[in-house]
Amino acid sequence: MAAGAGSGRTMSSTFLPVRFWLLMPSWLIIGFFLALPVLLMLVYSFLTKEFRGGVIWEPTLAAYDQFLFDRGLFGDDPPQIEWKYISIFIRSIFQATGATILCLIIGFPTAFFIATRNDNTKVIWLFLVTVPYWVNLLIRTVSMKFLIRDSGPLNELLISIGAIDTPLKLINTNFAVQLGLFYSYLPFMVLPIYAALERYNFTFSEAASDLYAPKWTVLRQILIPIIKPGIIAGCILVFVPSLGAFLAPDLLGGAKSFMIGSLIEDQFKGNAGNWPFGAACSMILLSLVMIVLIYYARAQSKEQM
Amino acid sequence: MVIKDAISLEGVRKDFGDFTAISNVTFEIADNEFFTLLGPSGCGKTTLLRMIAGFEETSAGKIRLYGDIIENLPPNKRPVNTVFQNYALFPHMTVKENIGFSLKMLDWSKSDINNRVSEMVEMVKLEEFTDRKPSQLSGGQQQRVALARAMASKPKLLLLDEPLSALDLKLRKDMRSELKRLQKDTGITFIFVTHDQEEALSMSDRIAVMSSGKVQQIGNPSEIYDTPANRFVADFIGETNMLNATIQKIDGDKIICRLQSGQFLNAKSNSKINVGQSGAISIRPEKLIIKKQSFKGQYLEGKLGQSTYIGTDTQFEVLLDKELALTVRMQNSSFTSENYKNGDQVFLSIADNAAWFLVD
Repeated sequence: MAAGAGSGRTMSSTFLPVRFWLLMPSWLIIGFFLALPVLLMLVYSFLTKEFRGGVIWEPTLAAYDQFLFDRGLFGDDPPQIEWKYISIFIRSIFQATGATILCLIIGFPTAFFIATRNDNTKVIWLFLVTVPYWVNLLIRTVSMKFLIRDSGPLNELLISIGAIDTPLKLINTNFAVQLGLFYSYLPFMVLPIYAALERYNFTFSEAASDLYAPKWTVLRQILIPIIKPGIIAGCILVFVPSLGAFLAPDLLGGAKSFMIGSLIEDQFKGNAGNWPFGAACSMILLSLVMIVLIYYARAQSKEQM
Repeated sequence: MVIKDAISLEGVRKDFGDFTAISNVTFEIADNEFFTLLGPSGCGKTTLLRMIAGFEETSAGKIRLYGDIIENLPPNKRPVNTVFQNYALFPHMTVKENIGFSLKMLDWSKSDINNRVSEMVEMVKLEEFTDRKPSQLSGGQQQRVALARAMASKPKLLLLDEPLSALDLKLRKDMRSELKRLQKDTGITFIFVTHDQEEALSMSDRIAVMSSGKVQQIGNPSEIYDTPANRFVADFIGETNMLNATIQKIDGDKIICRLQSGQFLNAKSNSKINVGQSGAISIRPEKLIIKKQSFKGQYLEGKLGQSTYIGTDTQFEVLLDKELALTVRMQNSSFTSENYKNGDQVFLSIADNAAWFLVD
């Protein structure tokens, strides 16, 4: 017994440092690329702004105050709720939700189609889904702008087949932004759903139809509930980057489709820069995303019970 | 009296591209029958089952269920349920929800569903597990849920696709009698698919032996075992000794055959036979009796070879000549194997009905 306890102690004293060093790379990556930047933003959001960009090291709540309250032109009126930024956030959530729904509507059947092909052609279909993503996001977004503009190929096609008389007003609308986001993030929806369908045992569908379930019921009550984790993963992977996107709203949306990403971008670039305010907006965005993710994680673990 | 068959297949055929998985299968299954499709893997038995369930379309032929043509109906319109090889229990539903699923689809009322589900749960003895998910059950319990789920809606026909193959040996044997009991109690016609001949022989009312997409023989277990229709059936079901032989003379139902060794042997057959025809004689190992002295009656002479003790029986190898050896099985209760040594001269007694002639 005594010998066993002794050897146990030597084990832990020699192995702990080894484990510590082996884990070092992960700690460095998490520290440098995750914790440190977020911490930096958190600290910056509580500092005073320097007018030409940068910060003065004087703690203040001014950035959050600017986000939430309107104190008039000279800052001495009684505070009222500032809707300007909150409405940008609400619009961003709306746009990201729209893009996620579009991705789901197109992505789910696509993933289903690919998953039910035979093994040889699957690879080709998957390849085709990912090919556009080898092209830079900026170029893809610009080409989308070209595609849907008033005299672009889409409108010309619709007019030539007689579906419409006057060009559809697509560019500079909320829908254009959703379309742009949809195009940017579609594979993030297709791939997780495809992975879930690959693991799905289609005997479940057979069993359900054997037990008198019509096709749609099989889809709704059997297939979708079983692959739900894949669908939710896809939705998160599309929703989160859509929420902070700035290329699509800048290029495809009008002045009315300003989104959080553009707002934050503006604070760090150009002369109007306000780093603490940009940092505060980032922190608020991060909190929003975290709330959604935590809610999802808790729902998942409850289901596992 | 008109007996309506539970299910009848007429010239059913299935092609996958150039490959014919099922060719021209015709048979009828009576109401309340335990019918088994038996064959090696790849013989088409599962394909046939899937066509009856509606998962595969037939390439040709008719399938009738109590007189109604069903081969064009989708699976959800056929009053036929399946127990799948790996059960296919819905992982996101509890035992109760799984069993009640078909009833919900058939728009039963909530109280009717509850009553029927508790009836089924009781039948398969899973009362304590109704609120568990399938992943929280053992293999045997999952098997019983699958059975209860498939039988809940009182289907006219139950299809079982190797349902016991995922269980361990002990449980598999218990489930055999359990299945048989369920079938008798519910009066549902069963079509059972298996590659395990012991399972087939012990449970079935009738067996259809299949190989390479064709039905080789249909009959009750003893017919299949004692009077196989061809070499394949004789070889696939149980163990047997095959001796090449030629018909020398036909005398009523007795056939006198000449073995390759030159010896003569009386055999029986139900095939169409002519004098001079060649074929094989099948003799089951347990139907041969080893004796030390020669005697009056039919026997073959040989030398004892290897003996293997296998608990209830001892299995001997008897060499008729340099190449030809027969396997003989003697029950240990009535036989003392110590008296028999390797190399001893012995005489194998062969009853008239023990040798079965098969046409090539």
